[in-house]
Amino acid sequence: MVKVTVHVKVKEGVINPEASALERALAELSFDEVKSVTTGKTIELEMESTESLDTKVKEMCEQLLVNTVIEDYSYTVEEENKA
Amino acid sequence: MKWAVIDFPGSSGTEDILHVLRSLLNEEAEGVWYKDTDLSAYDVIILPSGASFGDYLRSGAIASITPAIQALKEERKKGKLICGIGNGFQILLEAGFLPGAIRRNRLLKFICAKSKLIVKNNNTPFTNQYEQQQEVNIPVAHQYGNYVCDKEIRQQLEENNQIVFQYYDDLNGSMDHIAGIVSEDKRVLGLMPHPERASESIIGSTDGLALFQSIIHHWREEHDRTS
Repeated sequence: MVKVTVHVKVKEGVINPEASALERALAELSFDEVKSVTTGKTIELEMESTESLDTKVKEMCEQLLVNTVIEDYSYTVEEENKA
Repeated sequence: MKWAVIDFPGSSGTEDILHVLRSLLNEEAEGVWYKDTDLSAYDVIILPSGASFGDYLRSGAIASITPAIQALKEERKKGKLICGIGNGFQILLEAGFLPGAIRRNRLLKFICAKSKLIVKNNNTPFTNQYEQQQEVNIPVAHQYGNYVCDKEIRQQLEENNQIVFQYYDDLNGSMDHIAGIVSEDKRVLGLMPHPERASESIIGSTDGLALFQSIIHHWREEHDRTS
């Protein structure tokens, strides 16, 4: 088994109202170090390890998990402890 | 002429739309469960508002891969008239019937309000009973209504007159104040405002009724021509 972690975030250039709100809120709290904020979501999949893993994950992302019109994604794969 | 309103878990507009079609317009209309795999019996298919599948993942994302939407793709090929209202518009975007995407409203709030719209194109099957540039009052109720698309699509929408309804004011951050668009062939309409909630004077406005009347008018004209 492997654990696939998909990270989804709003594409650069697409205004993300949630991130803008956080940016303003952090500035309110005087965290002047923060120059920009991005938000997104994490989706964890526990999967059987197959040879076509990459293809499968990409298909899942593009058919459902990610709206590629406004979102970008990346993912990492971790081997899980053998059962 | 037969109408279908596709009902998903979490849809809330189905009964309102059926009420307008049946009680006010005397049309033959049925609610169809999202697991149905055949929509060939219907002439017009409406996707209702609400929060299908709890708006999980993204509004409309999970509904966009259901059997009824697969069936809808078949009807699309035949040129059937399809209209998505609110969440129905989001489903049409997620399923690729219309270009672009919807984001959360710019000020993040759920907006439930009267809204003034401008009819930007009255030469469509969905708007022929309106005047060009007519101002209409049709309410909105959404948290995700902030339309966006890339430059090429924006230009295409403009050039083909695909922007059908615009908000009079900047309501939710939507690009070019877009409230509703049609497909390039004008057979598919998606809009965030709720015409079904503006079809009787007792609830404040009747400006939405002309949308349904436009569809009837268009269908009859098309039908008379071919029979």
